[in-house]
Amino acid sequence: MKTYGMRAAMVAALSLSMALPAVAAPVKPNYPKAIGKGEGELNIVAWEGYAQDDWIKPFEKESGCHVNRKYAGSSDEMVALMRSGGGGQYDLVSASGDATLRLIYGGDVQPLDVKLIPAWKDFLPNLQSPPYNTLKGLHYGLSYEWGPNVLMWNADKIKEAPTSWSAIYDKTYAGKITVPDNPIQIADAALYLMKTKPALGITNPYELTQKQLDAAVVLLKEQRPLIKKYWALASDEIELFKNGDAVIGAAWPYQTNALKADKVNVMDTVPSEGATGWADSWMLSAKSKHVMCAYKFLNYVSSPKVQAQQAIYFGETPANPKACSEMDKIEAGSCEKYHLNAPASYYKQIHFWQTPLPTCTNGKRDCTSYGDWQKAWQRVKG
Amino acid sequence: MERRSTRVMLAIWTVLVLVFLFGPILLIAVYAFNASNVQGWPIHGFSLQWFPKTWANAEVRAALWLSIRAGLVATTIAVALGTCAAFAVHRGRWRGRETLSFAVVLPIALPGIITGMALNSFFVFWHLPLSYWTIVIGHATFCIVIVYNNVLARLRRVPGSLAEASMDIGAGPWMTFRRVTFPAISTALVAGALLAFALSFDEVIVTTFTAGAQNTLPLWIFGAIRLGQELPEVNVIVLAILVVTAVPVWFAYRVTQDR
Amino acid sequence: MAHAVSGTGRAGRLGSLLWRRPGLSLAGLVLPPVAWMGLIYIAALAVLFIAAFWSVDDFTGEIVRNWTFANFQEVATSPIYQKIALRTVAMAALVTLTDAILAFPMAYFMARIAGPRLRLALITAVVLPLWSSYLARVYAWRLILAHDGVLNWALRGLGLPGAEIGYTNTAMWIVFSYIWLPFMIMPVYAALERIPANYFEASQDLGGRGMRTFLKVVLPLSMPGLVAGSIFTFSLTLGDYITPVLVGGPGSDFIGNVVYANVGVANNIPFAAAYATVPLVLMAVYLWLARRVGAFDVM
Repeated sequence: MKTYGMRAAMVAALSLSMALPAVAAPVKPNYPKAIGKGEGELNIVAWEGYAQDDWIKPFEKESGCHVNRKYAGSSDEMVALMRSGGGGQYDLVSASGDATLRLIYGGDVQPLDVKLIPAWKDFLPNLQSPPYNTLKGLHYGLSYEWGPNVLMWNADKIKEAPTSWSAIYDKTYAGKITVPDNPIQIADAALYLMKTKPALGITNPYELTQKQLDAAVVLLKEQRPLIKKYWALASDEIELFKNGDAVIGAAWPYQTNALKADKVNVMDTVPSEGATGWADSWMLSAKSKHVMCAYKFLNYVSSPKVQAQQAIYFGETPANPKACSEMDKIEAGSCEKYHLNAPASYYKQIHFWQTPLPTCTNGKRDCTSYGDWQKAWQRVKG
Repeated sequence: MERRSTRVMLAIWTVLVLVFLFGPILLIAVYAFNASNVQGWPIHGFSLQWFPKTWANAEVRAALWLSIRAGLVATTIAVALGTCAAFAVHRGRWRGRETLSFAVVLPIALPGIITGMALNSFFVFWHLPLSYWTIVIGHATFCIVIVYNNVLARLRRVPGSLAEASMDIGAGPWMTFRRVTFPAISTALVAGALLAFALSFDEVIVTTFTAGAQNTLPLWIFGAIRLGQELPEVNVIVLAILVVTAVPVWFAYRVTQDR
Repeated sequence: MAHAVSGTGRAGRLGSLLWRRPGLSLAGLVLPPVAWMGLIYIAALAVLFIAAFWSVDDFTGEIVRNWTFANFQEVATSPIYQKIALRTVAMAALVTLTDAILAFPMAYFMARIAGPRLRLALITAVVLPLWSSYLARVYAWRLILAHDGVLNWALRGLGLPGAEIGYTNTAMWIVFSYIWLPFMIMPVYAALERIPANYFEASQDLGGRGMRTFLKVVLPLSMPGLVAGSIFTFSLTLGDYITPVLVGGPGSDFIGNVVYANVGVANNIPFAAAYATVPLVLMAVYLWLARRVGAFDVM
């Protein structure tokens, strides 16, 4: 009986070596003429906290598109989901700037016709065609929200508010620290080194030479014994803080909000060294089967009201400045709190996530790639 | 017989293992009645509010229904193929018999992540979009062995002379199967099918790789756990499924016990 | 039985045909499961295994179909992947041992001491946890073992110092042993139940007492059950990647986590496939050995 299986396997193997497409490339535009009737379904991949019932339910009612949500906790997971099963399982993804180019060059997403999304014209100028979602004038992504990765601590256990990232690198809180389980966390270490060890010559935390990467790995390896847990899911960190396993850590503002809602006395800040952060875009799968529903959704989430709901729920800043008054309606003073009244200067403080590429901006090919980062991160975690 | 002290010690050990097995489940059950949606300990107030809320959740119902449909079809396939394989292996020695018994066990003996990855790349390779059917194929593949084992174990206990006697008194092979062999293995089939369904119903790892955008119940639960906002509903679901399945499971094993 | 004697009807004729040609009916039985396993499962495994010899272009992230041993070389030589493989296997072995120790006395009690009604209740109780979500049960342990969790609450209530077990490899050991325990109890019970009662008595009649009966008669005869159970506990632990994420701490990554990260994250399916051959080979050897002790008969 072995022969049956073996023969099938050989046939499969031979045809496999011929079947796959050779090289992926950015997908060409294939715009719909107008937004017509919805297909009734929409499958989205979203960050935890990006698809709450508060705004998804009204959309379903209004558009007739039933939304299936899949949550992801890292850019890597998002890319994987968008490619799963050969692509086309999901229609939209809320990709951060370190996933967008991977999806564009991987041929996983298709250009969007911004003419069909009127609110786009209102967006902050630097978020209309940012380099991480727009290529040669083609909009592969529609900017959504952005914000910094913050330092969060339990104010009942830590009385004096920390002002530097050094709090998660030194022994004061050994065994009570948590940081994300994500290779991009290397950039946080690089940012810290950029300020504390200028001799290394780091200018951009996402462009590291091998020597600079090694220095970041050394710092992170020293940090490892102090770590309670590398959190993989936003809920991990919430739980760690709620149950007293961690008292300080790197977080998203979402965790601060969620913990405050659970009556845990936490605070967060952007420390003096600055912070890494994210700028998210909604992107449409190249093989989407629900394009009409997707466009309806894109229009819906670009509206000031939804942008405001999202911003306040997660603790971030909308791309659409018209959301300012809506934000203040939900929570007085929130427009100022999230810097939507003066976004330009705030935007500059944040080092937004990018995919580390082997070619540095200066054209030299001595930077480390994301693949190198992933391997380095595995070495750090052990 | 064992000495009295041995028997008492074994009984105590059994009780302790049961406590270990049901402690966490008890905790889940208690949290299903927690008034707050924050899972802190100790619990400050009790309420029944999560039961209607869970039932009203359309996503939960869709996921439950998908899991039931996938489990039923996968179990049916597994019963058919597993029974075939068991009879074939029981039929005596033939070339490839050992290979078949080995291949059937593989999907459950190999780590789930390998099975999942392999099936996933296989579907991608044949350009099969992930769907309800890819879930069913994945589940059926690792459920075959459960039915196979149950039926084979039973066939080994049924004396072959019974079927021969039936043929001797003139019953045809089909009649022999229907009147003699099938009744002899039917309870094994029930037990095997039940366990196969349970396995399919709670499978996460292989399903992660073979389900597309739809959620089976375990995938929905994983989503709820990672989001951390619908945990009371997860507890309600677990408790409800336990309550609903306890009696059928008990009954199925009772049937298998009286032979 | 007149109907039976005549053996009429299409089914009857088919049955007689199959009876006269045993080869034909055997083929009819063999073909469906073989086709399913061969065309779907074995073929899928082959596709995966072949991918392990390919590589990924560093710049475009595309799979390059040049034959290379580079992935295997990295698995074999990189200390970090060795460490993770070792951790995974050690944990799987430890969990298997723990479950065997927990399961055996209980299975013995069920098979030899409990009356029919109690036995039925116990079987149901052992199988029932399989019907409550595996994820929810793992998650419950997180609530139990956390710093301010149920366990420490109980310990402090007794005036004892709290235990810091949450998010460690110890937590993983407890949770894995817990989750897979029913998979050990059932086959061990099945093996013990099969030992005829007169074996025990015969051995005692010949002067074998307690421990001796156990070592010379019971243990060898229950070996297939223990091995069958160990296949489940060992392989289920070996292939898990969710429990380490939920209850593990820093330094709790398993082979499954690396594989999962490489499949999704780096889109490096070739490397993931190469690393996945570690548990694949381990289990193949394990199964081969297990079959020799007759473990497949009591699974």
